[in-house]
Amino acid sequence: MFDLIVIGGGPAGLAAACSAWDKGLRKILIVERDQELGGILNQCIHSGFGLQYFKEELSGPEYAARFVELVSHTGVEVRLDTMVLDITPEREVHMVGKTTGYRVEQARAIVLAMGCRERTRGAIAIPGTRPAGVFTAGATQRYVNVEGYLPGKRVVILGSGDIGLIMARRMTLEGAKVLACVEVMPYSSGLNRNIVQCLQDFDIPLYLSHTVTDIRGKDRVEQVVVSQVGPDRQPIPGTEMVFDCDTLLLSVGLLPENELTQQAGIAIDPRTRGAIVYENMETSMPGVFACGNVCHVHDLVDYVTAESQRAGAAAAEYVLSGEETPGRVIEVKNGPGVTYTVPQHIRPQRLDKGCGIFFRVNRICGDSEIVVTSGETQIAKFKREHLAPGEMEQIHLPRVLLDKAGDALTVSIREV
Amino acid sequence: MQDVIIIGCGIVGAAAAFELAKYQVRVTVLEKENDVANGTTKANSAILHAGYDPLPGSLMARLNVRGVALAKKLCQKLDVPYRACGSLVLAFSPEECATLETLKARGEANGVPGLEILSGEEVRRREPNLSEKVLAALYAPTAAICSPWEYCLALAETAVRNGAELHLETEVTGIEKAGGLWLVHTNRGDFSARYLINAAGVCADAVHDMAAPHEFSIRPSRGEYYLLDKAEGRRVGCTVFQCPNQDGKGVLVSPTVHGNLIVGPNACPVVGEDTSTTAEGLAFVREKALKSVPSVAFGQSIRNFAGVRAHAAETSDFILQEKDGFVDAAGICSPGLSAAPAIAEYLVELLKNAGLTLEEKPDFFCQRRRVRFKELSPAQRAELVQENPAYGRVICRCETVTEGEILDALHGPIPPRSVDAVKRRVNAGMGRCQGGFCGPRVVEILARELGLWPEQIQQDKNGTWLLCGETKGGSAYV
Amino acid sequence: MKELICITCPKGCHLKVDEEHGYTVTGNSCPRGEEYGRAELIHPTRVVTSTVRCTGGSRPHCPVKTSRPIPKDQMFEVMAALDGVTLTAPVAIGQVVIPNVCGTGADIVATKAI
Repeated sequence: MFDLIVIGGGPAGLAAACSAWDKGLRKILIVERDQELGGILNQCIHSGFGLQYFKEELSGPEYAARFVELVSHTGVEVRLDTMVLDITPEREVHMVGKTTGYRVEQARAIVLAMGCRERTRGAIAIPGTRPAGVFTAGATQRYVNVEGYLPGKRVVILGSGDIGLIMARRMTLEGAKVLACVEVMPYSSGLNRNIVQCLQDFDIPLYLSHTVTDIRGKDRVEQVVVSQVGPDRQPIPGTEMVFDCDTLLLSVGLLPENELTQQAGIAIDPRTRGAIVYENMETSMPGVFACGNVCHVHDLVDYVTAESQRAGAAAAEYVLSGEETPGRVIEVKNGPGVTYTVPQHIRPQRLDKGCGIFFRVNRICGDSEIVVTSGETQIAKFKREHLAPGEMEQIHLPRVLLDKAGDALTVSIREV
Repeated sequence: MQDVIIIGCGIVGAAAAFELAKYQVRVTVLEKENDVANGTTKANSAILHAGYDPLPGSLMARLNVRGVALAKKLCQKLDVPYRACGSLVLAFSPEECATLETLKARGEANGVPGLEILSGEEVRRREPNLSEKVLAALYAPTAAICSPWEYCLALAETAVRNGAELHLETEVTGIEKAGGLWLVHTNRGDFSARYLINAAGVCADAVHDMAAPHEFSIRPSRGEYYLLDKAEGRRVGCTVFQCPNQDGKGVLVSPTVHGNLIVGPNACPVVGEDTSTTAEGLAFVREKALKSVPSVAFGQSIRNFAGVRAHAAETSDFILQEKDGFVDAAGICSPGLSAAPAIAEYLVELLKNAGLTLEEKPDFFCQRRRVRFKELSPAQRAELVQENPAYGRVICRCETVTEGEILDALHGPIPPRSVDAVKRRVNAGMGRCQGGFCGPRVVEILARELGLWPEQIQQDKNGTWLLCGETKGGSAYV
Repeated sequence: MKELICITCPKGCHLKVDEEHGYTVTGNSCPRGEEYGRAELIHPTRVVTSTVRCTGGSRPHCPVKTSRPIPKDQMFEVMAALDGVTLTAPVAIGQVVIPNVCGTGADIVATKAI
């Protein structure tokens, strides 16, 4: 019997495990499907991690190493190369590994920290032939940074997500020619700094409001056709540009990986595609918590760490103090301009000082107000100079405000 | 010298090889691609049709109905995923209701058992996600779904196990008759045999013309598809057709044996093996599918693909004929997959009539089993991993495919040579991430087991390279 | 007046740098932004991250970075310097792979223990 089983040994799982240990749990198990801890950070060899959390700029492997080091000083058990196959409502975790065998472990609490996966060509139905040479940016990152192989020499990138931008620079530095980065939206979904240092530094053009409308090539990609799109995001005939290339990289979005969560019968939010969570990252199944990209896709790993520490601490509290009696639940909804919120539910009586709310906006906004309303009443307002869909936003609602609020809160954006 | 050379190892070539392998006959199969099932067989609706579509009296009608009956037993024996899900043809208008009657009568004439016309209410009770506008439907309980590539692979593997020779990457370049034998020229040397079977699919006309005067032309017709995530896999319980029209059986919505939902195809004449998808084609497929099942969530799409059906220009029936020891199996469009084992029987009959002596092999071995880790109980999994730890390493997380299963395939009778060949054998990369995670690991395993460099590993057919070389002054710089 | 997006942190502040008046920076929300704005116009620098070959370890390449930003126009020169390097495991995080790479004053250091 474990006090806590953490599924996933990436940044979310590591932070959750450390935090649960610090809160006094002693029988903790991390199950990691790869052969080392650190998750996707191991292939994110670029720097830019940790500015918020460590106040210094680290590469992905360095950021991971800090937490691996912390875990190594605890008694947390780690099973590598082990994949969780099933979670039952009784919190039995079925897992299998080459050296660890097939095992069923019982847990008092579970933290889900499986991360996310990439959207593929099939998800966006790009027409054309189906040659080799169409890769997701993440798969390319693994080939280039971990395996040391270059998947192509003339590259077009569809989507301006951060991994795509980062790979534009990586492949350029490794000798490939990146011809263009193409984004269907009128704005980039990646961070501004990555547009500058990954595209502009290498004179790689960014085509906003454009998309790939045809892939050509029998065996390997030979050409891609890029067209401008109208406000309805439909291609405009006559705007086609043809690029001679051997590779198309896709950086068209990340999806939380919630197959285990769904199998277990945990409620999923169609907006985040992650579990619906309370203020302490607890899911609809008592004693099961979710954090990091499996819950909602983050922009910075630093925020994953902070969120996962809260999840780990809450899991510890659940084990140590037992299930609390249910009380009032405030539902948090997304209003105009906001695509989702995390948490989706707040139990104000469980809060100490207040509650952070994470969300994303659906368009680029200049000077704006983030408005929180309860029914017709505005209960809080936050000013921002700049809001972008590529960046996760965060507000903090003090408990006193939540105590006064009704049973539903709405977060919306008002441009001023 | 061989008794029989089969040109092409799609479902028809494989079924013919399987059928001949029952006899004391020397058989060689020549396949131009680097794997079996690499043409029409891998890209179709994966449906075993009940047999009410073909006109009574046609070869197609007879072989379809017999073929599905044989398929059921074969799939069981050879461990091929198969599910008797039944099919529905929907009628949206009084005219289409009349069409259902015609189809039912045709089916009964063809010997299709159990056909039944259901009212709109009855059919919606069975399939609650069907459109409110459905007036009636023809239900065919004998229709089924299968894994077409595994079906082909299982037949080919069994043929090989029983002594047939399979030559991959062997493309026929010329055929001549010399000294009473057929001499087949290929990129890998000459082969000779007393009999030839032309099972070259879309290229069957070209192969025929190498050996005999021109007689028929293949007019490839492309069909485009959507494959949806397992989240949509239960949208319908049986295969849902619309009324057939001049372009074929129309757009269907069907579960797959792998738990996904397949939607398609359209029908578009193309030149050669053009399997590209188009925005218009996909839009057409979406629109038609939503007419049958309005709630299909196309946002759950994980893959689009297209396949070409090998229609003959001169006839709507299969072309199965023998002359001078040269046997054509051409124009095998839908329901070719359904009919395949019956086509094979028919081909063998043609060879027998042409003088081939058929003496049964006393030791014909007709069995095949492979480990499907995902389908095992926890206790079975535990036992298996203890026996062989390779089954404990999950390579494809979406489909729960283990390294042990990939190694089994690599040590099987027809080892995979490409990433997609691994996918066709064990499903790795077939899931929602489409090989994003497991692709690099499959490349690594293939390179290790085949003794190749990673940059030599192909995605699918030869020429579909994945990596141009090593970074850091390695082969990528050459 | 030159407009820039600050790349020192993911916030991406929109900076304005006045080249004609002593490179004064506005629009920044921290001192690092001011420093970046000025440096970007006078002598732009970047941190380069890449990999070098590594034998005897669990993976064939070891990730590395420059210990501090190097002149932007020397990025490809530094990349070329990594081509011939092969490390042998064990490699410690922070281990110097190439000291003072290309005379930039920055070292190439390993960013992962292998």
